Amino acid sequence: MNAKKRRRLYFAAALVAAGGVLATAIVYELGNNVLYFYSPSDVAAKHVNPGIAFRIGGLVEKASVHHGTGADVQFVVTDGARTVPVDYNGVLPALFREGQGVVATGALDASGTFNATEILAKHDEKYMPPEVVAALKRSGRWKEGGQ
Amino acid sequence: MLGELGQLALCFALALSLAMTGAGLIGARAGTSIHVELARRIASASAMGLFVFVALAFGTLVTAFVTSDFSIADVANNSHTLKPLIYKISGVWGNHEGSMLLWVLVLSLYAGAVAFLQRGGKRLTSAALGVQGLLAAAFLLFILFTSNPFLRLDPAPFEGAGLNPLLQDPGLAMHPPMLYVGYVGLSASFSYAAAALLVGEDGWARAARPFMLIAWMALTCGIALGSWWAYYELGWGGFWFWDPVENASLMPWLVATALLHSALATERSGAFRTWTLLLAIGGFSLSLIGTFLVRSGVLSSVHAFASDPTRGFFIMVLIVCAIGGALGLFAWRAPTLQGGATFDTVSRESALLLNNVFLVGSTAAVFVGTLYPLALDALTHGQQKISVGPPYYALTFAPIFFVLLLLVPFGPQLGWRRGDLKASIRALTPALGLAVIAALVVLAVASPRTLTGTLAFAVAGWLIGASILDILKRRGARASAFAAALAHAGLGVTLLGVSATSLWRAEALDVVAPGQTMTVGPYTLRFDGVERVQGPNFQATEAHLALMDHSRVVSVLKPESRVYPAEGQEVADTAIRTTGLSDLYLALGDYRGQGRWTVRAYVSPLAPFIWLGALVMALGGALSLWGRLRLKLGVPSPVIMPAE
Repeated sequence: MNAKKRRRLYFAAALVAAGGVLATAIVYELGNNVLYFYSPSDVAAKHVNPGIAFRIGGLVEKASVHHGTGADVQFVVTDGARTVPVDYNGVLPALFREGQGVVATGALDASGTFNATEILAKHDEKYMPPEVVAALKRSGRWKEGGQ
Repeated sequence: MLGELGQLALCFALALSLAMTGAGLIGARAGTSIHVELARRIASASAMGLFVFVALAFGTLVTAFVTSDFSIADVANNSHTLKPLIYKISGVWGNHEGSMLLWVLVLSLYAGAVAFLQRGGKRLTSAALGVQGLLAAAFLLFILFTSNPFLRLDPAPFEGAGLNPLLQDPGLAMHPPMLYVGYVGLSASFSYAAAALLVGEDGWARAARPFMLIAWMALTCGIALGSWWAYYELGWGGFWFWDPVENASLMPWLVATALLHSALATERSGAFRTWTLLLAIGGFSLSLIGTFLVRSGVLSSVHAFASDPTRGFFIMVLIVCAIGGALGLFAWRAPTLQGGATFDTVSRESALLLNNVFLVGSTAAVFVGTLYPLALDALTHGQQKISVGPPYYALTFAPIFFVLLLLVPFGPQLGWRRGDLKASIRALTPALGLAVIAALVVLAVASPRTLTGTLAFAVAGWLIGASILDILKRRGARASAFAAALAHAGLGVTLLGVSATSLWRAEALDVVAPGQTMTVGPYTLRFDGVERVQGPNFQATEAHLALMDHSRVVSVLKPESRVYPAEGQEVADTAIRTTGLSDLYLALGDYRGQGRWTVRAYVSPLAPFIWLGALVMALGGALSLWGRLRLKLGVPSPVIMPAE
């Protein structure tokens, strides 16, 4: 094997190694950084540990919204079967309403309250997040053409 | 009347696209040169006719929107008489049917351009027109059968349903056409690549170069416009959210960038012949996948207009046929192509190869992150719903791209075939100096001090410094010689903006009553209450926030919250005061009773650089294109060799 061929072989080997590292990194980071979507019933059934980030979706329960000090706000998410209390410090999306669909990102604390870091901006009166529709269907509370 | 005219134009366009396909493909395989010539002429004439008729259909639809002809269902569902003129026009592509018509308009524009410029050999041009015609025919069928914008509504309603207010914005009015010129522009490279495989002819990379450049420039500008819109319209202060819809436009951009570089080597020395073909196929395939993701309704976003499963199915079949067909052609014909030229381990070719490895690697990371949740959802029948957020991309895409940026300056320094690494490093020493200065400045000025930020600024300095050296070295050359230097400098400028905004943004979220003040970064703002303002088709709540310098009012910022009664929606409208070096950004939140409102404020250092850098990159593309077309038109130039 001459020097040129050997160099080329090293080059190819380096490329394969780089590809391997990349694939490993993708699979590993994907495993660590995926956010699961749970409905309140899922949260109860799966016993999600505090501190694990996930997304929760359902309807904002009627008469459950309370404003605390500053921008703090508390409300309850329901899928008709189970509920989860949510605590959020931030600006609520324009179409946040009691009785309407909501998706929040965050994690449970030790007391079982969901500390939201982000509330999905729902853009449109007609639009219902597909995850919420699926969650309501699973708990048997979804009615076609309106809630 | 308008509806029938548009419908008729679309039918003529379909007939012409079929003629173009037939003639073009026959020309590619015809025995005698007379037959090739005849077929090429028929295909070329059909291509120009195709563009004329699709433009006529599109013009008809625009007229229907402008005159509020609600007897056409598409107009009634997506327009309103009270909308300002610009949003009546942009409403044409603010819905599924119209946006697909725009898609085909751009596709036929490129078909017409291929026919007009006649770059490359006769057989090659003929075959390329044939493939482009096939794409046009498939999408025209899609429009006519599943997404006809000219369907009638009887009786016609008196008023339309309006357009999603988020889309009623000047930035977003221009965003789709720009993005489409890029997305769909990759079809020309795709057609030329398929044509090269069909006729086995070299020189396709040179023939397709202007189309690659236009598509890349338009994609760059389109993505920048979309990100700018998200920045000032969504009110979250961010400029990129790793939303699947954003990723759908980023992936073709990454592959198009790889293609631009790889095609350069193919054109120059014949290296990477088959790889460049594969990139041209891959780039447009990602555009098609992006179109499917965005338009089929599998994603929930402002962009997802259609949730009709037949449309999603039709596009899916189209994609499978186009990608499968092209890859099949590749597998069948690519082995017959001559092997690539040899080059040294240290050479321009190697640098371009590395560029491609990193760009394709970063594309793979984005691809997996975008499609994995969808695949999992489909495989578990909706039981497992997940999303992949920014941390994933920060740990996969960002490091790959970072290393790529680190290597960029070596490319233009190394010679073709054989380069001198030591000489390149010597030549780049001043750039290294600038990198060190940038790192020291950021350590002195920024707080908190972060390793990522210091490294990012050093790399930005390195990129910009190397570009300045490149420009100095080429003093006196024709303008297109500076294309690469500008594009690479633009990367550095964007990197400055992205890293500064991500790492050192100051943020405040307060509930304020009239007369109260809030502070964000170095600024103090006094809330002076809200005012109701009547817009043409919305009512706004306008907050007045006075920027204070001790007791003096420097300026009053007025973020708004708008309600659009026709559409029944509420949209935030931010107020941004820029110094060019940093943005003061205000968004009005929700009402909290007793005259109190939540106000979100950000100070984003170097935010304008994000989009300025994209503009500089696109300018680099424009210079290169200008040089190409000038050569084509026969203007004598001092240097014949393309110097990018």
